[in-house]
Amino acid sequence: MTPEVKGFLLLSIIKMLVVFTVIMIGVALLTLMERKVSAWMQNRRGPNRVGWAGLLQPAADGVKNILKEETFPAESSPVLFLLAPALSFIPALLLFAVIPFAAPLPVNFDFTLGPLGRFVSHGPMPMVVADLPIGFLFVIAISSLGVYGIALAGWSSNSKYALLGGLRACAQMISYEVAMGLSLIPVLLMSGNVSFSAIIEQQQAGLWYVLPLFLSAFIFLVSGFAETNRLPFDLPEAESELIAGYHTEYSAMKFSFFFIAEYANVVTVCAMVTTLFFGGWDIPGSWDQGGGVLQTIVTGGVFFLKVMFWIFVVMWVRWTLPRFRYDQLMALGWKVLMPIALGYIMVICTAIYLIEHVAGITSPRVEALALFGVNIVVGVLVFGLLDSGLFIKGSGRTALEPPARDRAVVAG
Amino acid sequence: MAIGVKVLKRPERSVSYVRATLKGMALTFRHMFEPKVTMQYPEEKSTGPDHGMGAWSLSDRWRGTHRMLTDEQGRSKCVACGLCPQICPANCIKLVPGEDEQGNRYPLIYEIDEFRCIFCGYCQEVCPEEAIHVGVHFENSEYTRDRFVYDLERLSSQTHPVSTLWDPSDPRGE
Repeated sequence: MTPEVKGFLLLSIIKMLVVFTVIMIGVALLTLMERKVSAWMQNRRGPNRVGWAGLLQPAADGVKNILKEETFPAESSPVLFLLAPALSFIPALLLFAVIPFAAPLPVNFDFTLGPLGRFVSHGPMPMVVADLPIGFLFVIAISSLGVYGIALAGWSSNSKYALLGGLRACAQMISYEVAMGLSLIPVLLMSGNVSFSAIIEQQQAGLWYVLPLFLSAFIFLVSGFAETNRLPFDLPEAESELIAGYHTEYSAMKFSFFFIAEYANVVTVCAMVTTLFFGGWDIPGSWDQGGGVLQTIVTGGVFFLKVMFWIFVVMWVRWTLPRFRYDQLMALGWKVLMPIALGYIMVICTAIYLIEHVAGITSPRVEALALFGVNIVVGVLVFGLLDSGLFIKGSGRTALEPPARDRAVVAG
Repeated sequence: MAIGVKVLKRPERSVSYVRATLKGMALTFRHMFEPKVTMQYPEEKSTGPDHGMGAWSLSDRWRGTHRMLTDEQGRSKCVACGLCPQICPANCIKLVPGEDEQGNRYPLIYEIDEFRCIFCGYCQEVCPEEAIHVGVHFENSEYTRDRFVYDLERLSSQTHPVSTLWDPSDPRGE
């Protein structure tokens, strides 16, 4: 191994450890944040007994879950039953590997460490665990793996509730994956690249993609809610109908793993929204491209704030909206989000062609502004249509007419 | 005549998910900054029917665990007339009467099984000496079950306020 490869490996291991630790601690604290946010929204205080302001509550929950008895349902499939929590948990963490979380850090070292030999690193180190050139495709591929964990958990439990939850999860995640994938195509059209670092660079040169690709951001966010199985799309869990859905039969740490997976998924989806549509670690202006240590720290903080904002929005939505009915969920996915995403791809294709080849605009910022103008029109049209109740019907529009016999009585 | 079905006129155009969603989101967001209503229980307590505690004050009709009142010499006011075990619907009062040299009756044994008690308050209502009372009290935890059989000494040593069994502002219980 050359000293450069060793330096790269060393840095990668450090980055892996840091990202893994931060995510795991963050996920634990998110369970607390969820309870706090829900409490505040219901005029309560939330957990505040364990530690200062309840900060040690996640630790107490973790200890409780470790000490609890592991139960196995009779006639369950033990291998898959054990494998399922891990399978739902790993993809969520894997996804974070390709998300850049700060400006590149200048790392220069050259040292020799006993028998391990010489380690060398020069120049800026991208603050991402794996700067994959196919980052985007990786995300789409891995995020569809998450459904296996849930489906297997539902199936291997040998319980009708778990099975129903697993089936629903399958159908829901596959349906919304389509809308999610389609909503990302305009991003590819804009950036012309599938690597996350390149997408962030494009947003720095132009505008944050939420402005020129507003509908994509919206569809991606809604599909993200569905992909993470959170309210208003938590039909796989569906407390009131299916007890706890796919993890009904799980106890102790295995149950905890499903929770960790859910929150890790939330973090990843929020990080994706931030990276794809809100500039990632970008701060408006050119200061953050200076390439210093300070820039790395500040942009990392900005990325954290942006992700936290979206996590808050996810919780906010969860504690506001009631659950969809199953047919409404499917109708929203297939009849609303997918056609909108498809139509939007055509609109953006046409607009980009017109701007670049007919109008001959080459500056990314002007192009983004022009697309922003297009988006205002499209956004008003789409939301006006959604609001008119033509796509999704409120309960009033589907109210059943009483049978003719009874109407006659009322009339008479 | 058959039972008619009332046909409700439902709103047609005003039903919209987008506006309803935004409205709901605004509502929950506002609630985040409103004063919190949770009582921090071990630090804050409802001590009795003083209305300064707002929604947390106990009712004037609160009937909790019993208390035996005592006279100036520290003896219980009970004269062991036997009315309270007689009226008790749950049969939770055990009374063995005794008589001293002056012919005064007093309870040799007076025990209330708080587990059997249904806290109806009849014992307080029936008591001619105003000796036995139900109390304004709710913290009753113990480590063993037999600690819930309160004997005379225990009943007399309680200090919590006693129930008035009625609400002065609503004397007829309406």
